[in-house]
Amino acid sequence: MTKQDFSIIGQPLPKIDAWAKVVGETKYADDFFLPRMAYGRLLRSPHGHALIKSIDVSRARELPGVYAVITGADLPRVKFGILPVSQDEEALCTEKVRMVGDAVAAVAAVDEETAERACRLIEVGYEPLPTLMSIEAALAHPEIRIHEYGDGPNVHKNVALQFGDVEAAFAASDLVREDVFFYEGNTHLPMEQHAAVAHATPDGKLTLWSSTQTPHYVHRLLPRILDMPAAHIRVVAAPVGGGFGGKLDPFAHEIAACRLSQLTGRPVKIACSREEVFYIHRGRHPVLMWIKTGFTKAGDITGCHLKTWLDGGAYGSYGVASTFYTGVINPVTYKMPVYKFEGARVFTNKPPCGPKRGHGTPQPRFALECQLDKAAEQLGLDPAEMRARILAEPYTKTANHLTVTTIGLGECIDRVVEASGWREKWRGWRSASAGASTAPAGKRRGVGIAASAYMTGAGTAIYWNSMPHSGVVLRADRSGGVTVLCGATDIGQGSDSILAYLPAEVLGIEPKDVHVHPADTSLTPVDLGSYSSRVTLMCGMAAIQAAGRLRGVIAQAVAEKLEVAAESLAFRDRKVGVPDQWERALTFTQAVELAEARHGVLAFAGSYAPPKRAGKYKGGGVGPSPCYSYSACVVELSVDEETGEVELHDVWIAHDIGRALNPLLVEGQVEGSVYMGIGEALMEGQVFRKGLHKQPSMLDYKSPTTLETPDIHTFLVETDDPEGPFGAKEAGQGPLLPVPPAIANAIYHAVGVRCDEVPITPEMILKGLELRRKGKSARVGPEKIPLFKFKEALMVESAFGRPADAVAVRPFQS
Amino acid sequence: MKSRLSLSVNGEAHDVLVPVHKTLLEVLREDLGLIGTKHGCELGECGTCTVLVDGEPVLSCLALPADLGGREILTVEGMAEGGRLHPLQQAFAELGAAQCGYCTPGILVTAKALLAGRPTPTRQEIKEALAGNLCRCTGYTKILDAVELASLRLDHSGLTSPNVGRRRPGEGAPTANETDHSGLTSPNVGRRRPGEGAPTANPT
Amino acid sequence: MMRLPPFTYLAPRTLHAAATALAEHGADAMPVAGGTDLFPNMKRRQFEPKVLVGLRGIRELTGIRGRGREGMTLGAGTTLSAVAAHPEIVAHYGALATAAGLVSSPQLRNMGTLGGNVCVDTRCNYYNQSHEWRKAIGFCMKKDGDICLVAPGSSRCWAVSSSDTAPVLWSLGARVRLVGASGERVVPLEALYRDDGIQYLTKQPGELVADIVLPPADGWTSAYLKLRRRGSFDFPVLGVAVALRMDGDRVGEARIVLGAVASQPRPAPDAAAALAGERLTPELITRVADLAAGPSKPLDNTDFTHPYRKKMTRVFVARALRALAGLPGGGRAAEEVA
Repeated sequence: MTKQDFSIIGQPLPKIDAWAKVVGETKYADDFFLPRMAYGRLLRSPHGHALIKSIDVSRARELPGVYAVITGADLPRVKFGILPVSQDEEALCTEKVRMVGDAVAAVAAVDEETAERACRLIEVGYEPLPTLMSIEAALAHPEIRIHEYGDGPNVHKNVALQFGDVEAAFAASDLVREDVFFYEGNTHLPMEQHAAVAHATPDGKLTLWSSTQTPHYVHRLLPRILDMPAAHIRVVAAPVGGGFGGKLDPFAHEIAACRLSQLTGRPVKIACSREEVFYIHRGRHPVLMWIKTGFTKAGDITGCHLKTWLDGGAYGSYGVASTFYTGVINPVTYKMPVYKFEGARVFTNKPPCGPKRGHGTPQPRFALECQLDKAAEQLGLDPAEMRARILAEPYTKTANHLTVTTIGLGECIDRVVEASGWREKWRGWRSASAGASTAPAGKRRGVGIAASAYMTGAGTAIYWNSMPHSGVVLRADRSGGVTVLCGATDIGQGSDSILAYLPAEVLGIEPKDVHVHPADTSLTPVDLGSYSSRVTLMCGMAAIQAAGRLRGVIAQAVAEKLEVAAESLAFRDRKVGVPDQWERALTFTQAVELAEARHGVLAFAGSYAPPKRAGKYKGGGVGPSPCYSYSACVVELSVDEETGEVELHDVWIAHDIGRALNPLLVEGQVEGSVYMGIGEALMEGQVFRKGLHKQPSMLDYKSPTTLETPDIHTFLVETDDPEGPFGAKEAGQGPLLPVPPAIANAIYHAVGVRCDEVPITPEMILKGLELRRKGKSARVGPEKIPLFKFKEALMVESAFGRPADAVAVRPFQS
Repeated sequence: MKSRLSLSVNGEAHDVLVPVHKTLLEVLREDLGLIGTKHGCELGECGTCTVLVDGEPVLSCLALPADLGGREILTVEGMAEGGRLHPLQQAFAELGAAQCGYCTPGILVTAKALLAGRPTPTRQEIKEALAGNLCRCTGYTKILDAVELASLRLDHSGLTSPNVGRRRPGEGAPTANETDHSGLTSPNVGRRRPGEGAPTANPT
Repeated sequence: MMRLPPFTYLAPRTLHAAATALAEHGADAMPVAGGTDLFPNMKRRQFEPKVLVGLRGIRELTGIRGRGREGMTLGAGTTLSAVAAHPEIVAHYGALATAAGLVSSPQLRNMGTLGGNVCVDTRCNYYNQSHEWRKAIGFCMKKDGDICLVAPGSSRCWAVSSSDTAPVLWSLGARVRLVGASGERVVPLEALYRDDGIQYLTKQPGELVADIVLPPADGWTSAYLKLRRRGSFDFPVLGVAVALRMDGDRVGEARIVLGAVASQPRPAPDAAAALAGERLTPELITRVADLAAGPSKPLDNTDFTHPYRKKMTRVFVARALRALAGLPGGGRAAEEVA
């Protein structure tokens, strides 16, 4: 199909759920009010690290209005975790708490106030242990162990991979740079606090409605934790009021609601407070990075060696994957013939980190893109031109064996360079600010550029299996209506709408004719969840397959009726017919009637699993993706030299989306990503003091308002990727990645200060300016790296430049 | 101890029997079933729970119903009239200004108050009026676009709910109005500059 | 959802009735106007009054009377939005309109009152936290504990005066009318405060701020600059209020008052005195800014680092003066050089 043939695809249509959202009818998890419903609350640990010596719930149980009080003793003694290799969590801690905010007991009561009062009546005897609040502290105190498992005392994961001889590459380079960067942790801060409603019914079954991005993984874990068959549990993802990765683990409040419902025989709701959401976290890992890269005079990368240290917090969560992600995606953007990556994730007594938008990749992206800017300056190159010159080659493999298909990054760079007036501004202001250290303090403008790549869905599931990653059931009947059942979860990104658009396109009907039923484990085929930018591609491909099968059966029936060849039929404008005899075309409803009469009930399935391309080495399963999106970003800002404050003026961002199934939705994802990148670059930080979260509130955790958000100019570049549904790639995460380094690079351009750490604060910029005035290197950032021994690197031959693995070949295709 | 209170919400009189320390947010959601008003922080730090009291945006998480006798409260459920969406609701849906939708009700009523007092605000004035509403999904861009579009439509055609910007009859709005009132056919009126935003032709 | 603790709510119709109710219930009672400061604090259990005396129904607390040239009287119950938008205030007491318009967010300004902002509780990021958080770190002396977590050796509380309007009103020479059960008095606004994070107000517990009285504005100009991370929501972590009366091209009289650097608004009298009788030259402004930074002694208990807040005092005072002098580089945003 060429672009002109589409009727739905490419149109800026409203989302199918937009109407409910603008009238306030959308029911999020906390909007469920069921008859006889009880309200639950968790008692959380006030200690960062302590042994639990006793729990006395008797006073809480006696409080009038309390229906049930539970502790870990009321649940099977099994530990769980989202990854099979990190089963280290308890819903209610039994022996030890590992962070302030760990849940130790739960109450169900007549109302929330009573539940809260009851929590205060629970007496927990703790024996405090020393708390480890940083990577350095955790490594320095092997005698204090947060967990007993892992790759060393307080080391959750230690990985080392080498693809080719980086030392030889450095030796042959014209320029070799070593830099150290730090990326502070930050949190998702969805506007909706997590909430769950559980309803155990007298037949021994249980339903859980939750603000989760992954009903399937919750459904997989609940049977173990509740000791009942999965077949008797139903998990429904309510529409999610913002996820960004923060609702991707099974959580204590979900499990406690289930158990409390079983014990009370009532529906039980637990809605977390805003403060609790900061403890649930699973957000961006703080990552310290050392990166060494070799360059030729022309700016080609000869090789790269990256070390990352992740502050993982108190539990594993997705951390093993996060650790790999700090290393494996960097080679996808530019030609990087040899590559070495060493990474370690360390346990600390803080809320666990996990997958936040860009999962593990914004941190090394910041390091690489800032380093490229420095290298370009040393080599006397325009950083935009340098990047455009060294782009990875389409349809090849990277050093670390990832198959890359289409690459629209060159066009992305061109678009933002043109639109921003890059050449003029970069050269013009550069000369103006050169030697500016003697000029009076003022407000100075700068521009910065960065580029990035991100995956469109993880190539492997988080648990090993050969089943589909996404499934769709499509049914049609004589009403002319079509229903889509799919486990995908709409977290605001518009997956419900994609599930309407794609079948509508295939069947020549309108999205309004398609009813979408998402994210219900009893009703819908499994979809793994809304993470890794996988949903549009995977459920989209499954939906196209299912719609194609329905279309085939309808075409057969219509072909018989009209006495024409099935292949000659077109489906459009709610009609089915031969294009040059369109007056004879049947309405879609008539066509479905014929098919239903001929075939019986019309219900068709579509299945999707990604191509099997995992690298043939241990760890090769993290990083492969059907295809990669690309982004380029130019930021224009000014820096106040007296206050160090940064004012953003414009962000130009171009994104290789493969194909914009709905440009409105894609732009929305890009703009939202830019926004979140701005927050991470300039103000957001999940920081701790004296063992506690310093600012667990919306006031003190700084999220940009309308007044800090600049004009965002979005350009969509289409590359029609053979792996994606109608050529589409991801949009929800990748566009965040270039924003923080583009901001840092623009600040350097404006005032000559290198900020090798985010968030970049006014204090940091003033410190840099002060260094500059003293004639010292105007760099602000981490000064040292931990004493840490990475494991012996697994030596793997570099696959750089090899032809791509088979494209568009995957399971369940026929 | 509960008190009997009379509240006027969305033009309807309600008598409720509630503890006096329940906030307006809690009473709307838990006693009146008006779940359209959301909570984001309950401390006045995010704007999610905004409702209008006598036309002015206030934070329902910090308002006591006991103080609101005789005042007119408007929530997102009261914006549409007789099944006809308010132009802001229409524009928010059309332009993708609601992603997860959780901040949307608070932003809609805040924007309604802005347009009531200032029918054709500048983009900066819209930003200032919405500076008390956090959104984590959109980067505010499409929200500002949508307020501008609604303002333009209100300015052109009064308080009707035009379905401009629609692709074709029968699509889009749940309302039945099929006429294009004002020729404002671009859904991105007021923001897009030439060459910007639209997807490029397929290069391959 | 975080909820309010239970209380009895009284809604008197007159100031006298309100003051009487407060006197009658003593330490158990607190007044509440907009609720934007007290209710979040109550939800965090920083206050647990048994009785709340609501002031919203008291007509005599609202309204803005008078003109700039003869002075104005602002009812303490006037909303911050109304103060910020009032043409006479904008024209004659510009810094007050600015400060009122910079408090938190638009919604909050529609609820919060001028009296509430003048009396706003002092803040500290060890104190403005939930009960559970404060319990986890160990309660501080401002509520439930007996130590200061900012300055552990200190015998006093260092919570920060976080009002935007108070430093401005002080610089404008405002007075407040206080009404108690047994009578009323009018005191200079500065007499309302003391430098203690807990007992930061001198008024008697039963007394209510009824009016803010502004002197005639003749010849005075004023400016207010606020430091904070974001353009909305955030409390000041530094406020600079400057009021000048010009005699021709020389400063006749000047007042400089700093906000958010102590437990009360902090005047900078030496700096103000250095302005008297002088022309507002760039050199003088630099000298005055240095002097004004002297009394600025922030501690590490708000957003931004305290050395930065101290350093910015000088920059902000200079900018406020430049703005009033019509010199370049004044106001919140300095001149841009490409």
